[in-house]
Amino acid sequence: MTLISGRGLRLRFGSIPALVDVDIDLWPGEVLAIVGESGSGKTTLLNVLSGRQAPDAGTVVYTDPQGQPHDVHTMPAPVLRTLHRSDWGFVHQDPRQSLRMNVSAGGNVGERLMARGARHYDHIRAQAIDWLEQVEIDADRVDDLPRTFSGGMLQRLQIARTLVTHPRLVFMDEPTGGLDVSVQARLLDLIRTLVARLGIAAVLVTHDIAVARLLAHRIAVMQRGRIVETGLTDQVLDDPQHAYTQLLVSSVLQA
Amino acid sequence: MLRTESLAKTFTLHLRGGMQLAVLAGIDLEVQAGQCVVLSGPSGAGKSTLMRSLYGNYRAEAGRILVRHGDEMIDIARAEPRVVLAVRHATLGYVSQFLRVVPRVSTLDIVAEPLASRGIAVDAARAQAAALLLRLNIPRRLHGIPPATFSGGEQQRVNLARGFIAAHPILLLDEPTASLDAENSAVVVSMIAEAKACGTAIIAICHDAAVRDAIADRLFPLTPIREAA
Repeated sequence: MTLISGRGLRLRFGSIPALVDVDIDLWPGEVLAIVGESGSGKTTLLNVLSGRQAPDAGTVVYTDPQGQPHDVHTMPAPVLRTLHRSDWGFVHQDPRQSLRMNVSAGGNVGERLMARGARHYDHIRAQAIDWLEQVEIDADRVDDLPRTFSGGMLQRLQIARTLVTHPRLVFMDEPTGGLDVSVQARLLDLIRTLVARLGIAAVLVTHDIAVARLLAHRIAVMQRGRIVETGLTDQVLDDPQHAYTQLLVSSVLQA
Repeated sequence: MLRTESLAKTFTLHLRGGMQLAVLAGIDLEVQAGQCVVLSGPSGAGKSTLMRSLYGNYRAEAGRILVRHGDEMIDIARAEPRVVLAVRHATLGYVSQFLRVVPRVSTLDIVAEPLASRGIAVDAARAQAAALLLRLNIPRRLHGIPPATFSGGEQQRVNLARGFIAAHPILLLDEPTASLDAENSAVVVSMIAEAKACGTAIIAICHDAAVRDAIADRLFPLTPIREAA
């Protein structure tokens, strides 16, 4: 059974087609990368799948751990909020969008546990410290405010905050965008290891084909709101079928 | 273990005005357990293309690629991506010519990963990985270092260790000894012989005549397809 499925998704912003008849499936434990140039509809698709933005037409169905299907865009808002706090996680390109900058690093991680009902302070703090260490932030920074952190540390803090509740499904929007390559490599390694160890399914939006190759089992290529090609990551990148994918792959500079 | 039926592969180059490049046509290849078939033929005959198609790395547009996966026969040319991944995980191993280095991951963990991903305890997986690396003459002091800075021959041996550790029932080997000296080539030849004795079906590309004669039960000749002008 699929974890999340989009069918016939359509969305226009004025005269601009952002999503055109998009069908998409994600299976449990699978990492799917959505690649394509700016404006191709990648982030819109992520927002529609995660219920943050309603489509003009089409459905998104999420299957819960009990095997029950839920229509993401017709479920009551509190139910969707609960999903985002428990089964799901969202990693933004700019960590400031999800972190609370006036709350300590440990508080940012612990807050998501408390939202899930954890009440024992020592236990929450211990788990927060454990997760800071998992994302390679020194435990003695637990009481520091995020604004004292570098960009790479903020992104790692956001990942700790997202994964502390062991979500089944994580949406990631350009998680390594805007970071130095050395910082990027460390972050990618962390995401790769954590996602594999926890068996998390993820939808990853990226314009960086190397990121997709490293993290994703499967790739969907978007152009002007349509998915023009989808398949195994290495197959799509090494033997691209669609003209646009061939252009995309051949445009990458060899380091 | 593996059988192709009328397998064909044509590349369509959209950036070259939709030019069609036929590389494989009518390929009927069959490999039994414990057998090593070496793909032969001149450069450009499609040996690597065939091997990549067998692995599902290239998309075959005609014909079938039947692989024995547990009790099932799976057609790699038509299977869903997650089925292909499951076949690669359990059944079908591929050792490419060049190691794809992942930043920050140590040599030992690169080799241990196929075992660890099957749920074998990390310590046990690392111990097996270390033994295999030592056999391939990668000294212990290098095991903790990511192989990005290793020589071509060292990287190839790391890649071979990773490919052999999980004992896949079918192994695809692309030029397994291309960057190796005679001593290390001999190690690889004996590893291939042991795998065959355990029933592994092997398909290899191998230009070195001595290695080829040592491992091959049979050659599978490929000839370049003549382009229609």
